[in-house]
Amino acid sequence: MGYPHASHPKEEVVLSKHFGDAGARTFDGWVKRGGYEALRKALALSRDEVVEVVKASGLRGRGGAGFPTGLKWSFMPKEVTKPHYLVCNADESEPGTFKDREILRWTPHQLIEGCAIAAHAIGAQRIYVYVRGEFTAEYRILQAAVDEAYRGGALGGDVLGSGRRIDLVVHRGAGAYICGEETAMMNSIEGRRGNPRIKPPFPAQAGLWASPTTINNVETLSAVPHIIAKGAEWYRSLCRGNPKSTGTKLFSVCGHVQKPGNYEVVMGTPMRELVYDMAGGMRPGRTLKAVIPGGSSVPMLSAAEIEDCPLDYEGVAAKGSMLGSGGMIVMDDSTDLVYQVMRLARFYAHESCAQCTQCREGTAWTTRILERILAGEGKPSDLDLLLDLADNMTGKTICVLSDSCAAPVVSAIAKFRGEFEAYLSRARKPALAQV
Amino acid sequence: MTQDLVTVTIDGLAVQVPKGTSVIEAAKQAGVLIPHYCYHPSLRSPAVCRMCLVEVEKAPKLMPACVTTVADGQVVHTDSEAARKARTGVLEFLLINHPLDCPICDQAGECELQDYVFQEGRAGSRYGDYAKRYNPVEDFGPDVLYVANRCILCTRCVRFMEDVAEAPVLNVSERGDRAYIGIDPAHCLDHPWAGNVVDLCPVGSLISKDFLHKARAWDLDKTASICTGCSQGCNIMVDTRDNTVVRVRPRANLDVNRHFICDHGRMHYRWMNRGDRIEAPLVAEAGRHLATDWDAAAAGLRELVAKSGRTVVLASAGASLESLGLVARLLARSSPLLAVQIPPVADAEAPLAGVPGLALRTERAPNGEGARLTGYSRDWPAAVRAAAGADLVVLLDVTLTEAELGEVRRAKAIVVFGTRQDQVVAEARLVLPVTNVAEENGTFVNRDRRVQRYQQAKVASGMARPAWWVAAQALAVPEAPSTVAEAFDLIAGATPDLAGIRYADLGLSGRVASARSHAGV
Repeated sequence: MGYPHASHPKEEVVLSKHFGDAGARTFDGWVKRGGYEALRKALALSRDEVVEVVKASGLRGRGGAGFPTGLKWSFMPKEVTKPHYLVCNADESEPGTFKDREILRWTPHQLIEGCAIAAHAIGAQRIYVYVRGEFTAEYRILQAAVDEAYRGGALGGDVLGSGRRIDLVVHRGAGAYICGEETAMMNSIEGRRGNPRIKPPFPAQAGLWASPTTINNVETLSAVPHIIAKGAEWYRSLCRGNPKSTGTKLFSVCGHVQKPGNYEVVMGTPMRELVYDMAGGMRPGRTLKAVIPGGSSVPMLSAAEIEDCPLDYEGVAAKGSMLGSGGMIVMDDSTDLVYQVMRLARFYAHESCAQCTQCREGTAWTTRILERILAGEGKPSDLDLLLDLADNMTGKTICVLSDSCAAPVVSAIAKFRGEFEAYLSRARKPALAQV
Repeated sequence: MTQDLVTVTIDGLAVQVPKGTSVIEAAKQAGVLIPHYCYHPSLRSPAVCRMCLVEVEKAPKLMPACVTTVADGQVVHTDSEAARKARTGVLEFLLINHPLDCPICDQAGECELQDYVFQEGRAGSRYGDYAKRYNPVEDFGPDVLYVANRCILCTRCVRFMEDVAEAPVLNVSERGDRAYIGIDPAHCLDHPWAGNVVDLCPVGSLISKDFLHKARAWDLDKTASICTGCSQGCNIMVDTRDNTVVRVRPRANLDVNRHFICDHGRMHYRWMNRGDRIEAPLVAEAGRHLATDWDAAAAGLRELVAKSGRTVVLASAGASLESLGLVARLLARSSPLLAVQIPPVADAEAPLAGVPGLALRTERAPNGEGARLTGYSRDWPAAVRAAAGADLVVLLDVTLTEAELGEVRRAKAIVVFGTRQDQVVAEARLVLPVTNVAEENGTFVNRDRRVQRYQQAKVASGMARPAWWVAAQALAVPEAPSTVAEAFDLIAGATPDLAGIRYADLGLSGRVASARSHAGV
């Protein structure tokens, strides 16, 4: 839905049903809207039963990786010998993505309920919701909701009378994109510098404080109560494309569209429908140039490529990109793509944690080359150099921030080479002052 | 002890290593050095530098060798095209912000960045058009300078201070290529073991003020030796230039000091260069000391020993096992009272928390245990008193107080084995110049009963000789040793606790003596 919140008829409104409805924020308001019944139902099931339902639903991680959620939960040890932890990734820093923000703003209890069900499923007594530091308002709303949930018995020592203990701690970040990476997030929660860890060991074996941990995205966890309430079959039926991608996905559509906002669609919905119908299409007199479908870390698609692209994990992958976080950045013909790629590279250079040599130096070097190109001082060899650097930065580091910087560069040069050459040949005037 | 062994093939060579070994360590057994920066066998490995990426068959991506454990049947290629391209890539990335400081950088000649770039870096830079990031030099104190521009962010220093020294005063500050090593503003690197960060630093970023601009690495001669700072017996490398000791660094010994030495030992080398030596053997004549040759001096010593019934040896705990043993043997007929001077006990031990059993010890001498094994007592006052009534007192590399000298002067004859002029006693019949630890081969026995060799790093001044050699000359028997190996074997052969150990067995990491008698401090 765009702003003000009103869903488009082509949306399938599940998670976003109460966006814009301030009454849904409170504990009572959520209960009145059917909330916490799913938690009650889940607590009556065993851990394995809950995992099986989620597995059967086909729910996949909505933070970007698309890993099957039920399968991830099943990696947690069956026997609880060390404390198990659930971490909810509310860091949402992927450029172009602003869906989790809405869930926190409007339906914090939906998230709390999903977290509690997940905690039960993985044998965890403690949940950490890591909220990015910049989300001040969202943090206050969430913390107020958590306090209410404790008072209402949905969290605490005896959740909904089940005898089960489930605690939830809201942990604030402090302004680093890298802390959205799951292992860096765990380091951050532990009070350390937000550096990603090497894997193995994997979080399910040794995560927070070397104990079994599961990390899930806000949107993923928010889907869980609905799956428990309405069943795996129902969730699986929400599918217009590949059966491996089920349910609904929130897409944060921004950029050169008439109605930017978050749109919840059934998996497999054609991208055309989202961009042209729901988000209102191009501004008058403008044509589509490129779309970054899943957050800035995925390869960009040309206008032609989105014509027949179903919005599910397999469909977007078939086009050479990734569904990712669903942060859809739409760019029309007024866009200076070279500038956009530079701006993205600058973001990654700013956010690199500095552990791996390729990322620390490569993101900065890539940015400098692009800035020089934009300043009218590019050399013909710069494009090959950028591609060689991108190759050296891909698949060789602890986390994928390095790969994420390389992806837009590679896809832009591959699909929009002419724009770069226009700067190199001085056909286009410099867009930046002397660097 | 049987261990699970796995077979892994590295660059075509199959090696068998214990399960759990990392690929980088297994490669060493195959004779392959996988280039690396952040990895260090005495630190936990974070795999951040990405230099050690190798190709592992059946793995989808290049794997960091320092954190990949070997699997049975694994096949590893460290020098495939993909691995080499990755390494060249890392080196190029490291050089874009690394300043061209080689001409003024202390690390040149012993720099791991230089070495690998020379081996497989790009011949030319592709970064010419851009400015390198700049950070000012910082004084981490007391001895360490941080040249931030040269730092390659390997984080060895941070991990050492955090995990091994357990004094986490260093961190990585800032992100991206703006990152640098920060130090807690309320602290400096005055931890007793902090100097090791200079050795750990693969480049010239953390450097020693003591060594700053003193010598080029290729001017140095490097000799394996043993630290004389305390009874721990850390293995060191003595670096000399033009016959002067200019630096002391740790030498790896996994059983004693791993890869570290304390700052006390590190800075405790200037005395080896002292110029105030006794230049020649001196014999007393008409109230003066006159220079003579070794034959005459040895003969004089032999004569004195032959006619002395009550003898006392007052020795330094820094004397070698051979010297202590041969001097004792020289006087054997007179059943000498042997005593060793243990320097005053210092305040406290300074342990290196992350290495159990390693500390700067309160006993600040290297061979107290060796002295004990060769029959030297620690009751110094009693020995000094006994010296007053002795026929012959032998002083072995000791400096006496006025009060002690007063006692010793009452003996009938004094012989001084001395390294320094201030050890000369005016009343001595013979003053015999001996070599110090840097000028001879010998052995010490550390507090853990490990017998360790030290080697000659520089030439002694004047006519100085090892004290054991002087004593052997005076023994004048056919079987008197003429090499340090013979001297050691002779003494060890006569010492029950050293039974079974021959000099040839000692190598560069020493041997532990059997525990037959109670060990000292």
